[in-house]
Amino acid sequence: MSRTLLLVGTRKGAFTLESDADRRDWKLRGPFCEGWPVYHAIYDGESGTIYAAAASEWHGSAVWRSKDLGETWEHSSEGITYGDEDGRKVSKVSTLMTAGDKLLVGVEAPGIFESGDGGQTWSLLTTLAGQPGSEVWDDPKSQPPGHLGISNLVPDRSDPAHFWAVVQGIGAYETHDGGSTWAPRNKGLRRDWPADWEEVGYCVHKLVRSPSDPQRMYQQNHVGMHRSDDAGHTWNEITEGLPSEFGFAAAVHPHDRDTFYVVPLDPGHGRVMPEGKATVWRTQDAGSSWKPLRKRLPQDDAHLGVLRQGMTIDMHDSPGLYFGTSTGQVFASADAGETWTQLADYLPAISSVEVALVE
Amino acid sequence: MANVHLPTTLTPLFPGLSRRVDVEAATVLGAIDELEAQWPGLRDRLVGEGPSLRSHIHVYVDRERAQLDTALEPHARVDVIAAISGG
Repeated sequence: MSRTLLLVGTRKGAFTLESDADRRDWKLRGPFCEGWPVYHAIYDGESGTIYAAAASEWHGSAVWRSKDLGETWEHSSEGITYGDEDGRKVSKVSTLMTAGDKLLVGVEAPGIFESGDGGQTWSLLTTLAGQPGSEVWDDPKSQPPGHLGISNLVPDRSDPAHFWAVVQGIGAYETHDGGSTWAPRNKGLRRDWPADWEEVGYCVHKLVRSPSDPQRMYQQNHVGMHRSDDAGHTWNEITEGLPSEFGFAAAVHPHDRDTFYVVPLDPGHGRVMPEGKATVWRTQDAGSSWKPLRKRLPQDDAHLGVLRQGMTIDMHDSPGLYFGTSTGQVFASADAGETWTQLADYLPAISSVEVALVE
Repeated sequence: MANVHLPTTLTPLFPGLSRRVDVEAATVLGAIDELEAQWPGLRDRLVGEGPSLRSHIHVYVDRERAQLDTALEPHARVDVIAAISGG
């Protein structure tokens, strides 16, 4: 019987939550990774390995790995560096993705490193050099304490050479040749600020792609929700009906291309769910209308934030939806968002939640 | 032989590494490289691009604040401190 494995990255290490296919009873384990801040943790079904991108304030960035579902861990940063002469620094490893037999990690300052040996050694794949906007993120003056990094990698499970990368505050880029060449994919997005380029200068918070229709993508942007029907080549805004245009997290239904979930947040400094009511919003018509989902979510004084990697959805027939908060709660729905239960409380601030089905 | 005192945050990362290690080295960086030879990956945990000490790693040689190129006298004591952040 398959197990459902949640991977939770937090400010103080990684945790796992494990259940069966029913997803009623959950067992929490952790903290792992020696309490390092974990920005993203994923499960690679091919190798049966958990990977966690972590960055310690003291000891720098590394990718941790566990081949026994968290029982034992190793870490490596061998090769995750811009070198002593470059001027750029790797201040954080922020997002992970598998691409065929390779493991990719997006870093800050913006670049993608790859590993062909399961995370033991790494080499620089790309900095997207020469793309519009790269002169900004390649300038060492923009680097720490700046926050320009690769914040999101989106795979194409049918083609390991095809994927998308989001440069924080700049926009989304697409490659068809494993990262050798790129093209910006931000046409039609809104921005409420001046920018030096037509095709970039957009603040893409989270990009997701429908597993049931490869042409369909959605994104939560700094300003608005957007949908693409042509694999990201053009975008249309679908914010109307939501309580806020701002948010970070997003998830798309695995079996229905028109169903998509977001967590709108107040756009100011607070960046928590509006009115203290924990709510996930769902569209079932590709963004023409939105419905709040809040049954058994806290509705009084629940000032919860959810970060860009903080919500995910599983592949069960009745998909399970999960989100983790900046105050350490994990909530889950086994019926695609209709009703919710709380799986964990009192965890450290949560950066990421991913889910895998483990045989 | 320098006597290197390491922070508690470092030893769990490298099996067999203890809080106090004796190494033969002429500089702080040389001492770290000696540790790297025994525990591969350790240098990355203390040294970033440049090379330079990571922002919140402080090193003292015989109680004086030191950098990577600080020379080590025979029998020097080297304290490696994980400083400031972590709250």
